[in-house]
Amino acid sequence: MNMIAQLPVLPVIVPLVLAPITLLLPKGRAPHLYATFVSWATFAACIFLLREVAEAGVLSYHLGDWAPPLGIEYRVDLANALVLVLVSGIAAVVFPFAYRSVQLEIDKHQSPFFYGALLICMTGLLGVTITGDAFNVFVFLEISSLSTYALIAMGARRDRRALTASFNYLVMGTIGATFFVIGIGLLYQATGTLNMADLHDRLAGQNSRVIDAGFAFILVGIGLKLAMFPMHLWLPNAYTYAPSAVSAFLAATATKVAVYVLIRFLFTVFGFDFAFLGAAFTWVLLPLGLAGMFVASLVAVFQEDVKRMLAYSSVGQIGYMLLGLSFATVEGVSASLVHVVNHALMKGALFMAVACVVLRAGSHSIHAFAGLSKRMPYTTWAFLISGLSLIGVPLTVGFVSKWYLLTAAFAAGHWYAGFLIVASSLIALLYIGRVAEVMLLREPATEGKYVIAKQDAPLSMLIPMWILVAANIYFGVNTDLTGDLARRAAEALMLTAGAG
Amino acid sequence: MMEHAILKITTKILFAPIILFALYVQFHGDYGPGGGFQAGVIFAVAFILHAFCFGLEETKKAMPQKALIIAMVIGFLFYAGTGVATMLLGANFLGYDVIDPDSTHHAGQHYGILLVEWGVGVTVASTMLTIFYHFTGREPDIDQEDW
Repeated sequence: MNMIAQLPVLPVIVPLVLAPITLLLPKGRAPHLYATFVSWATFAACIFLLREVAEAGVLSYHLGDWAPPLGIEYRVDLANALVLVLVSGIAAVVFPFAYRSVQLEIDKHQSPFFYGALLICMTGLLGVTITGDAFNVFVFLEISSLSTYALIAMGARRDRRALTASFNYLVMGTIGATFFVIGIGLLYQATGTLNMADLHDRLAGQNSRVIDAGFAFILVGIGLKLAMFPMHLWLPNAYTYAPSAVSAFLAATATKVAVYVLIRFLFTVFGFDFAFLGAAFTWVLLPLGLAGMFVASLVAVFQEDVKRMLAYSSVGQIGYMLLGLSFATVEGVSASLVHVVNHALMKGALFMAVACVVLRAGSHSIHAFAGLSKRMPYTTWAFLISGLSLIGVPLTVGFVSKWYLLTAAFAAGHWYAGFLIVASSLIALLYIGRVAEVMLLREPATEGKYVIAKQDAPLSMLIPMWILVAANIYFGVNTDLTGDLARRAAEALMLTAGAG
Repeated sequence: MMEHAILKITTKILFAPIILFALYVQFHGDYGPGGGFQAGVIFAVAFILHAFCFGLEETKKAMPQKALIIAMVIGFLFYAGTGVATMLLGANFLGYDVIDPDSTHHAGQHYGILLVEWGVGVTVASTMLTIFYHFTGREPDIDQEDW
């Protein structure tokens, strides 16, 4: 077996083959250790893949030795290698983190199923990212979505509202996936192929209602999956009532992968030859991105529940990503990709901090955060630093994202968008500041249900969380890696899209 | 005296032919309509019919929930394992031709799909039964009397 030749398939095959074995392990510690090991192995494979792609260029893998466009092709370029490393990296941090949190929130008898489902969810997300086949995207999207519905519903042990949240997401997610697959079907009708690169070649010069309708279906379908404002209504409840570790994993990966799929379809499949694309950027992505930035962020300010506040903030942050790619320039798309990575780092850390508070205080209401700096200082500072990163303070990744976005906005001539980016950052300051005020300045509760002992989260949670916080600062200071990779990825995307 | 004697005896007579039909659909899948998914469903139907006539508890004695979970995993590993085996033999994932490389009529493809479909069949049958067990075995939240 030639490892290098088989490398592109490993990020999907390793967790896919190993995940079901979780179900046979004895309940308790074993599934967790096993799943952690699998996530690390996957992360290692993804890093090797990224290195290989950065050096050797695009890798193509033919499943079952069937040559594309007939067979399924895994096609790895810099854009998806970056997202692969992100997803598996977040998984590699969340899996070790999850143990204590899951111990508290999930029935012990369900632990093998929980870790199995989380591995399958990761497999699905990696599969969506890696594949070069449009229908295969749908298959993996369903794999990840179905396991996500189950994972969210497992929050029902603590709060029964997880069940309705999961069901709502199931309905919305299924509508999204159905729209997406209808769109793929229309494109298949028009071109007779499902391979993305081949679709791009055959769509060139074609102009028909079928393709227009296909484009619209795909845009709405992915829009639902990535919680594009105003199609985000499933997201706040799903993230609020899901088990804490699941919220951390999903917030950092699921919507990011959907953003990647959108980028892939807009630029690689359709490209600038497609007449509708410009209109979609100007009249759909740009205004909806801006609206999401403001409306969702404003809603976040008024939340009593910190998890729900972070969920609304996620919808707002997705607005930035959409804004970046709506400029349809190399700067814009690379800013969008950089923000995909950076936002995953900060939201992962923030949701992890909330998970630590839930472990000790048993609640994610803002009242549980009162005087937290005196009770759980390490968790408090992890929350504050990643919160500052979310606002966009210099030396953090948030600043890098905002800087790239601002530069892209001015370069594209959308100077008003630049001011709006700064203005909406101020709203982020409001909602993070509110929690910061409660954590730092209030006195801890001395009676009632929010009394916490002076004891920080266990090391098994603090270490993974601080790894992410450290990444927030490291990639905020050293922007070469993410910035450079994202830029090269964006250049390659724009080249295939046919930017002249 | 046995209650519902006709139903129970009919079920007992039909049980084996249904399984046999499932196996027929399973192995005929290479050449005609059928395959692992359909066969798995038919296989599960035999047990569901059994549960209808003899009660869920009796069926669970014949096919315990725990065995189903193991079957699910084994079925899936059969599928994925075939793919990994072809990788170890030097081809790509699920590149069946490597199973019988000297064949002039792609015999490897037949062996490969046979193994994979067998995995699909086992997984689908056990998953269908698990879903059935969970739906029928679920206690209603509100007692029927309390409506």
